This record gives sequence, structure tokens and C-alpha cells, in this order.
Amino acid sequence: MGLTFMDGNEAVVKAAVYAGCRFFAGYPITPATTILSGMLEALPPLGGVVIQGEDEIASIGYCLGASMAGLKAMTATSGPGISLFSENISFAVGSEIPLVIVNVMRQGPSTGAATRGADGDIQFMRWGHSGGLPVVVLAPTCAADCFTLTVHAFNLSERLRVPVFVASSKEIGMTRETVDLEAVEKPPVVDRKIHGEGPYLPFAAEPNGIPAFLPMGGPVPVRQTSSMHGPDGYITTNPAVMEAMVERLKGKVESSIDSFSFYEWDAQETASTLVVTYGVTARSARAAVSRLRAQGRPVSLLVLKTLWPVPEKVLRSAAESVRRLLVVEANLGQYVHEVSRVVCPKPTHFFGLMCGRMIRPEEIVREVIRAESS
Amino acid sequence: MPSLLNPSRPPVFCPGCAHERSLHALDKAFQQLKWEPHEVVVVSDIGCSGLFDVFFATHAFHGLHGRALTYAAGIKLARPHAKVVVVMGDGGVGIGGAHLLAACRRNLDLTLLILNNFNFGMTGGQYSCTTPQGARVASGFLNTLEPPLDVCRTAAAAGAPFVVRRSVYSADLSAKFAEALSYPGFAVVDVWGGCPGRFMKANPLSPKDLDVLVEKAGLWDGPVSGNERAEYGAEYARRLGAAAPLWDWKGIEPRVRANLCGRHGAVFLGAAGERVLSAGHLWAMTGVWAGLHVTQKNDYNITVMRGPSIAEVLLSSEPIDYPGIEEPDAVVVLARDGVERMGDVWRELSPRTLVIQSADVPVPEHGGRTVVVDFKKAAVGRKDRAVASLGILARLSGIFQIEDLIESAMSSLPPSQRDATAEVLRKGADVPLG
Ligand code: SF4
Repeated sequence: MGLTFMDGNEAVVKAAVYAGCRFFAGYPITPATTILSGMLEALPPLGGVVIQGEDEIASIGYCLGASMAGLKAMTATSGPGISLFSENISFAVGSEIPLVIVNVMRQGPSTGAATRGADGDIQFMRWGHSGGLPVVVLAPTCAADCFTLTVHAFNLSERLRVPVFVASSKEIGMTRETVDLEAVEKPPVVDRKIHGEGPYLPFAAEPNGIPAFLPMGGPVPVRQTSSMHGPDGYITTNPAVMEAMVERLKGKVESSIDSFSFYEWDAQETASTLVVTYGVTARSARAAVSRLRAQGRPVSLLVLKTLWPVPEKVLRSAAESVRRLLVVEANLGQYVHEVSRVVCPKPTHFFGLMCGRMIRPEEIVREVIRAESS
Repeated sequence: MPSLLNPSRPPVFCPGCAHERSLHALDKAFQQLKWEPHEVVVVSDIGCSGLFDVFFATHAFHGLHGRALTYAAGIKLARPHAKVVVVMGDGGVGIGGAHLLAACRRNLDLTLLILNNFNFGMTGGQYSCTTPQGARVASGFLNTLEPPLDVCRTAAAAGAPFVVRRSVYSADLSAKFAEALSYPGFAVVDVWGGCPGRFMKANPLSPKDLDVLVEKAGLWDGPVSGNERAEYGAEYARRLGAAAPLWDWKGIEPRVRANLCGRHGAVFLGAAGERVLSAGHLWAMTGVWAGLHVTQKNDYNITVMRGPSIAEVLLSSEPIDYPGIEEPDAVVVLARDGVERMGDVWRELSPRTLVIQSADVPVPEHGGRTVVVDFKKAAVGRKDRAVASLGILARLSGIFQIEDLIESAMSSLPPSQRDATAEVLRKGADVPLG
């Protein structure tokens, strides 16, 4: 077994190429810049296009155009760039444009600390676009996850025709580590469903279904619009048509959550506390859990790799046999609200930091003990 | 050729709206060029001009205000044979100014029609970036304080190779559209026309008035001298390969031995320009060559040539969960900048931590085991300290043989740096320690 020394951003690039991405546009921003430079090295030799946009708004705009023209597209940025993406994210949601968005999070708010990590955009990725319809957010814990989850992100965005976020962070994207690439899970590549015979209605689908695709610029004229539209792609204000559309946009993502609930559940039978976490903090939590167990304190751990839609079934079944939960995250309390909503009325404790360093295993050990004695 | 207008969606502009004239002129130009509906992609954004895509039976892409040029560029780059026409109003020019400038500089083969009616018609006649200072609009006095933008001069200054300005009543409007559509590069047509629904209510604008205004602003006729050049998409295509991806999942087979059981965390504290990160990388790569699990984190200022430069390398015989260094096994002190950045950690050090300290760099009081190195006396220059310290660290930690470090340098460095690096590593290993 040989190991490869790579950072999370390099793993994202490798996975994007593997998943069939052939269009990338981005704007340089620490700590996501090396995805732009990596894609620029990787794609053009394969016939793929990479554009450095004049700003983030343009970058995601280029991607939306290229995706509707039939290429698998990706962009990458950090918090300040996600802010600028917002209007086009809602466009991709409402108009069912497949797109992978890598958010290499850095400490915020605003321009924050460019070279320090945090997971401060967890609710923002879900809700930071007009209309509030669902997107998918996957959260890697390490470089190997960056590979696997980026492939899943492409597959899901193609399958569901929805923007999918890879919620990385500076601590994952820019930390080099040894990865056994041979052993890394490489999901089979999924492509979007193409329209077959007959007249084409660009947004026709069953309830909770996904419309078949035809490319902009192909042999059949296609309609695409950011405005509220019916199955034919024309603007509508008919409440029945609008209701069916928004219900479908919500249902198509949320109804299939069981098929993409990625997580690691390390349950210990006699544990009374379940630690729930995600991102690089999961690695501190793993260390904390083994230390607690070594001290003879049983504890269970749930690492969520699908954050949105909330994998409620997974949470509920992991929480079933414990008395309390401790949610640990690299922010001042975001996902904890989802967890406590799902496992209510079980007590949910919280520990979080957003001060530019990783949460340490000892801090989690301390918080578990504190929760258990409270 | 038949019309490319959409039989199921006839135009619904206000009576007398200039946009309707532009619509028919564009359709006429399509017909003149014998373009088929499926060959054309009409990209529009918000406002009354944004209705254009609906009225054509072509591909239609309707997006957010001011962003039409970005979607169009993505479509064109993905499908170079598509004929991509962008329709925006003066509102789109204002809100998407950066995209207009970028498109002019880039010279991708797109046609941009700006339906310039000097106001935001759809929202009630507010002023836009092209509203004359003397006009009466729904923005109070604000437009009187700002001179209008000359779209053509702006586009030309930004590098657009083809710029046209016409009144919507101009007899050669559709001929000019056809020229713009067939121009192999970024072509801008600034079409001036009236908005009877809003602007013209307080600002009467006869066809004759428009002619006078356009003449005053200057007619633009097409090719802009000095701006004509190779088209972006064609130039991009010349740089594209057609290779299939090659997959090599195999990593580095271990070829040296490490003397390590458990974790070893080393922190290198230096300053920019001292090759601290490269030294950290070499230490890390030696771990990889030895089959260890390794993580490396770097910290440096955004001003890359000034300030601290810090590398944290964690080696482990077991897979690494937490990738941070809670209590360093070794701190290598190379420059003052790095020492300050380490902050409070100094106070927490115990004798477990080996501190390899340059004789000329003071450190705060701490509880680690200190070994002082006089790099100056050993004739190791500033730029070589970090690499030399690896020799010392190998020797004191016992993790790697110096020959293994050298072998790793030989395998991971570019040939031009190999011999010099090997020499510095040896020097480090032999440096007398205080
Ligand atoms: S409001 Fe003005 S621009 Fe809009 S359709 Fe009416 S006349 Fe034309």
C-alpha cells in the first residue's frame, strides 16, 4: 500500500475530473484558490474549459451557462464568494441547473480571517438564497472524503438537477495529508437523464421527479428561465402551476435523502451520550472518543457527511439509545438547531468555537464529561 | 427563410415601445443570415428587454439582472458553434458593468444588443446609467447629479472590436444587427429608443429627436480600429488537448525506514524567505517515503515575502485522526517572526518538547528541553537554516537516518536543488550543538 501526500483541494480537483467535470470557473480567494489553479492544470489538456471570472458572480454565471449547455460544471470559493453567489444559487435551484459548489470555509464573518478555518457557513449554504428551497450540502472530514464526496456531489447534482455544496474548510482544503487513493471509495459516475423521443417540455416531471435534460445550443430549442415557470419553461403566475413547481423542487431533493445520507456512526452499546459533529471537527471528536473510552467512559459518535437535507432518520436512530446529545461544531451553534429539533425532547448540549483554530480533542473530552455530570 | 419569432408568444410591449422595433429588426437579421431556430441562443436578463427570449422560437436563456453576458459566455465556451445573442437594457449595463468590461476585453464571439431607453421601464421609470441629466424621471433629482454613461466609448475603451450605435428608427438597423451577428468576435450594438410607457411620458422623444441625440453622441459603425484581434474562443481552443484522463491511484511505496512508534509533531518557526515551508515539506515527504501517516499545515502572511512562516508536520505510525499538534515533540526556532506567532503555546511546553533554538533568536520562557544551535558559526546561511535544522532534528529525534533524508530530497526535489540540499542536510547533521 503506497500513500499519496495531498491536500483536500487537490482531492477535490482529482474527484471533479474523475466525475466528468469539464467546466470550471472561479475567482481567486484564500483558501479555495488552489482548486482554481488545480483545475487550470487538469482540465484544458482533457479538452475542458477553465475560466477565471471577473468576480464571483460572473464565475457562477459562466458555470450555469456551461451546465445548461451540457457540461458538468464546478466552482469553488469561500464565505465572501458564497455571499456573491447567492442570486445565482437561487437561479440554479429554481431552474434545476446542475452545479457543484465547493465552499472552502474560512473564519468569518465577512472577510474574516482568510487563512483560518471555521464552519461558519453551515446554515448560510442551506438558506442563503431567495425562496428557501432545498439544496444538498455534503461535508468532508479529510482529503479522502473530499474525493469521495465531490464525486457524490457531481452525481447528486446531475441526478437531482440541483446545486450541491461540498462544505470543506481551510483546515481540510489546505492541510496536506497522506491518503491511500487505492482504498478511497470511488462512486460510479452518474450523468443527467437525457430527453428521448417526442416533444420536449423542459420542466415536465412527475411529482418529486426530475425533468429530462436537453442542452442549450443542441438540435432542439430549449427554454430556460430564472423566473417562475411551468413545465413548458414559460413564465407563469398560475397558483396551481406554481404550487406544483415549488412542491416538486422541494420534494425531489428531500424525498430521496435516504439514498444519499452519508455518515459514520460509531456506537457504543452502553453509551449515554452521543457526540454529533461534522467537518474537520469530526477528527478531534474521534480522538476524544477514543480517549474517553480508554478512560472507561462509553460514548457514541455520529459524524454527519450529509448535512442538508437533514438526514433525520440517521439522527433519530443514532439518538435512540442515548440519554443526551452533544453537538460540536466550528461555529457558535448552527447545526445544533437541526439536531435538537429532530431528537426533541432529548437534551442536546452544544460546544463550539470560531476563533481560528481547530477544536481540540481535550475540549471535547471535557464537554462530554461536563454534559454527563449536568 | 421563415421568421424566427415565436408563433405561440406574440410580442406584448406597450404600443410604440422601441423594443418591438428592435425585435423585428433582429428577426429580419436572423432571416437575412438564414439562421435556424436551433442554431440561435437568445440570452436575456431582467426588465422589458428581458421579454425578448420569449418572443423567439430559438433556444432561450433568461437570467438575473445584468448577468446575461456571463451565462452567454458559459454557453458559448461549452458549445462554440452556437450563435449566442445577448439582449440587455441600459439597466443591465449598469448593474452588470464588470461583465460588460470583461466581455469587451475577452472578445468571445457573442453579440450584445443593448436596448437603451434611458430608464428602468419595468419598475416605474427610475434613472439608469444612461439617463440624460436633463430628463425627468422617477428618481427625483438624482439623475441631474450624474452624467450618463457613453456605452460605446466605454466598450471601445475596454477593447470591444465591434461597436455600433443606432437609433431604433434608423433604416439600416437590421443590416447593422446582421453585421454584428456575423462579426467573429464580441460585437456591441447600442440601440437608442423610446419607452412610451414611462420615460416618454415626461420626456417627449420623436424619431427626429432620437436622431439628433444619436448624432450628438456619435454614430458608431462597427469595427473599432486598434481593437480588432483574434477571437477568444478560437484562441482558447488552440490551447485545448483531447487526452483522456489517466488514473494512477498508486501512492509512494515505502523505501526508507522510520524509527517511530506513535505520533511525532514538529513545528518549524521561521520567517518568509527562509524556505521553512519547503523544509517542512521535505520532513513530511521523508515520512511518506518511510510509509508513515503524515499531515502538514502551513501558516504564512498573505504578504508572502514578509512576516512569519510556520510549518507544522505530524508524523505517525498510526492513521491520524486529529490533524493538530497538541503538544509538540519538537519546536524548531529559526526566526523571531515565527516565535511571536506561536504565542501562548510557549507557556505550555514541558520537557517532552525538544526546542532546537537558533543562537540568535530569543524565545519566551518555556519548559521544553533546549538545544542551542549557532548557525552563523557553522556557516549555515539564513536561507539554509530550515533545511539544516532537519539534519539536526533527524539526529536528535532518531526518527530518520540522515541518508534517508537525503534520499527523500533526491526523490522529491527538482534536480537543480538536489546537491545543494543534500549538502545543507549533512552540514545540519554535523553542526556542533550547545
Ligand atoms: S414600459 Fe417602456 S420599455 Fe417596457 S414595454 Fe412599455 S414602453 Fe417598452
